[in-house]
Amino acid sequence: MALDSNSDELQSSKHPWRLGLLLTAPFARIGRSTISLVGNLGASAIFLMLAFLKILHPKQWRKIVQQIYYIGARSTMIIMLVSLFTGMVIGLQSYTALVKFGAQGALGTLVSLTLVRELGPVLTAIMIAARAGSAITAEIGIQRISEQIDALDTMRIDPLRFLISPRIAASIISFPILTAVFDIVGIIGGYISGVILLGANAGAYVYRVQTSMDMKDVTDGFIKSIVFALIVSTVCCYQGYFAHMRTDSHGAKAVGLSTTSAVVISCVLILVSDYVVTSLLIR
Amino acid sequence: MDKPLIEFKDVTKRFGSRTILDRVNLKIYAGQVTTIIGLSGSGKSVLLKHIIGLLKPDEGTILFQGESLNEMKKSERIAKLAQISYMFQDNALFDSLTVYENIALPLLETTNLNKAEIDRRVMARIEQTELKDAACKYPSEMSGGMQKRAALARALVTDPTIVLFDEPTSGQDPVRKNAILSMIAQYQRKFGFTAIMVSHEIPDVYFISNRILALYDRAIVFQGSPEELEEFDHPFKDEVIRSLEGLQQELTGLYSQRQFKVMHHAQLTHKTRGETYSMVVFTLDDLGAVMTGAGHEAVRKTIRSMGRFIDKHFGAIGGFSTRRSANHFVTVLPYSDRREAESILADFAQEFQERGMKDGYEGLERRKASGDCIELVIRAGIAQGEPVTEIESVIEAAEANKKEIAHLRCDVRG
Repeated sequence: MALDSNSDELQSSKHPWRLGLLLTAPFARIGRSTISLVGNLGASAIFLMLAFLKILHPKQWRKIVQQIYYIGARSTMIIMLVSLFTGMVIGLQSYTALVKFGAQGALGTLVSLTLVRELGPVLTAIMIAARAGSAITAEIGIQRISEQIDALDTMRIDPLRFLISPRIAASIISFPILTAVFDIVGIIGGYISGVILLGANAGAYVYRVQTSMDMKDVTDGFIKSIVFALIVSTVCCYQGYFAHMRTDSHGAKAVGLSTTSAVVISCVLILVSDYVVTSLLIR
Repeated sequence: MDKPLIEFKDVTKRFGSRTILDRVNLKIYAGQVTTIIGLSGSGKSVLLKHIIGLLKPDEGTILFQGESLNEMKKSERIAKLAQISYMFQDNALFDSLTVYENIALPLLETTNLNKAEIDRRVMARIEQTELKDAACKYPSEMSGGMQKRAALARALVTDPTIVLFDEPTSGQDPVRKNAILSMIAQYQRKFGFTAIMVSHEIPDVYFISNRILALYDRAIVFQGSPEELEEFDHPFKDEVIRSLEGLQQELTGLYSQRQFKVMHHAQLTHKTRGETYSMVVFTLDDLGAVMTGAGHEAVRKTIRSMGRFIDKHFGAIGGFSTRRSANHFVTVLPYSDRREAESILADFAQEFQERGMKDGYEGLERRKASGDCIELVIRAGIAQGEPVTEIESVIEAAEANKKEIAHLRCDVRG
C-alpha cells in the first residue's frame, strides 16, 4: 500500500525529478562502480610498480628471506596435502573413464599434463592466497589502523620498501617452487590411486609421465605461477595497505572486510588471468 | 624574537565537510618546549601531523626555517623532515618486534651504522628509559607505561633536533606522568632538541613548557609563555583551564600548578644571582591504605586539611604552595633561608599534629569498630634553591631530604 502511494507520488507531476533519478540510478551506480574499478586497477598497478622497483634495495635481503619462510616454507605442508589428494582424485576419475576405452595406459599423461599445465599453478596460487595472502592483508591492515605505517613514515622508512617489496619478491620466488612441489606430489598421488589402489601398470604410468610432458609445459606452468604471484601479493598487500580508506567500514571491521576482499579478488583474478595467460601461451 | 623554526600561515584542514583546523597561525621556536593545549578532539594531533608531513593542509602554508614545505624540492623536504622524530599517542610500536628491535628499527633502516654501534645506542636508550628488563619483550607483554617509554626511546634513538610528542602522558598514573614529563624536560635540556608537545594535561605541562599554544574552536587563540597565559582573557580560559583547575583549588585552597609556576617565575626572576629561597615538599604516606581502611571521605578531608593548613601557615610569611599529585604538596618560601624554613616547618609540624589532622582523624575514628589500625605519616623535606636553578631539581633535592614530621595512629582501644 505504502509502495503504491510512493509510486503514485513519484509519478506525479509534483516530483518529476524523482522519477528521472529512479530511472538513471542503475546507470549511475554502474558508472560509479566502473570508475572505482578502473581507479583501483590503476592504483594497484602503480602500487605494484613502485614496490617492485624497491626490491633490489640493499637492506631487503633479510626481509625477503623471512617472507619466503612465511609465504613459502610454511605453506609447503598444506600444498603437499592438497596436491596429494588432487592427484589421487584425478587418478581415480581418469582411470575409471579411461578403462572404458581400454586406454588406461594414458593415465600418466592425463594426470601429469592436467597438473603441470593447469591445476598445479592455479590450486597452488589459490591455496597460498587463502593461507598466506589473508595473513598478509590482516597484518598490513592492522599495522595501518594502529598507525604503525604512519610511524614508518615519520622514521623516514619507506613503507612500500619495508612492508610490500619483500612480500612481492618472496611471492615471486615461492609460487613457482610450491607449484613444482604441487606437481610432483600430485603425480605421486595419481600413482597411488591409479597404480597402487586400482592396479594400472606402474611402468606405463611413469613412462607416460616422462614422455608426454616437454619443457614448454613446465615453463608455461611456471610463467603462470609468477603471474599469479604478482596478482596475489599485489591484491593482498594493496587491500591491507589501504584498509583505512574503505568507505563501508572502519577499524578492525575494515581489516576483516579487506582480508575477505583480498582472498575473493585474488581467487577471481587467478582464474581470469589463467584463461588469458593460457590463451597467450597455447600453441 | 628569533626567526621561528616552524610557522603556520592560515593553515586550514578539512576531512570531508568537517573543518578541523581553520586558518591556523602559529610560530614555534628552536630549542624550546612548546606545548599545544586544548580539549580532546580539538585537532591537536592533526596539527602535529601537519608538522611531520603526515597530513598536508588544504589551504595555507607551513614554513620550516622560513621556507615553505610545499615549494621545497622533494629531497630538500625529506632532509628537513628527517630532523623530526614523532612519538605517537598510542605509541605505534611494531607488535611483532621486541622492544629492542623496535628501538633499533630506525637505525637499522635509515643508517649505515654497524651492528655494534647500533647495539650501543639502543642499549643506552633502553637503560635511560629503564627498560632493560623488558628489552626482549613484545609490546603486548608490557604495561601501557612501559610501552610509552619504549616509544619515547624509539623517538630519541636517532638523536633528532625536533621531537613531537603526541599526548606523551595519556593513560599514565600520576607518578609515571611526572616521570615522563621530567624525562622529556631532562632530555630536552641535555640534547637541546626542540620539543613540540600536544597535551590536555593542562596543569602538568606548565612546569616543562617555555611556550604554550592554545587550540580552541579550530584555531590557535593564544601563543606565549605560561606566565602570559595568566593575563590572557578569552573564553578558552574559562572553559578549558579554569574548569580543569577548579576542583583542586576548591579542595585544598592552594594555587593551581599553573598559578604556582607563574608565582614561582614572578617572585624569583627578579632575585639576583646568589640570593636563595627555600622549597618544602610534603608527602602524605600510605594514603592508599587510608583510602582502603577509612574511605574516600576521610582521605578528602585529610587532603583538604593539609592544604588549608599549609596555606595558613606558610602563606602568612609570603610562601605559596600547590598540590602536585594526590599526596604531594610543594611550598616555596621566597624570603626564607634554610634555617628559617626548618624553624617554620617545626612550628607547622607541631601545630598540624595537634590540630591540623583533626578532620582526617574524625574520619579515621569511624573505623575504630572494625579494630583495624590505620597509620598516616606526613613527611617533609627542605631544599635551598637559586633563581637560576630549575624548579624540578630543587624539588628533587627537597625530596631527598624528606623525614617524618607528623604521625597519626588510630587508637583501636577507643
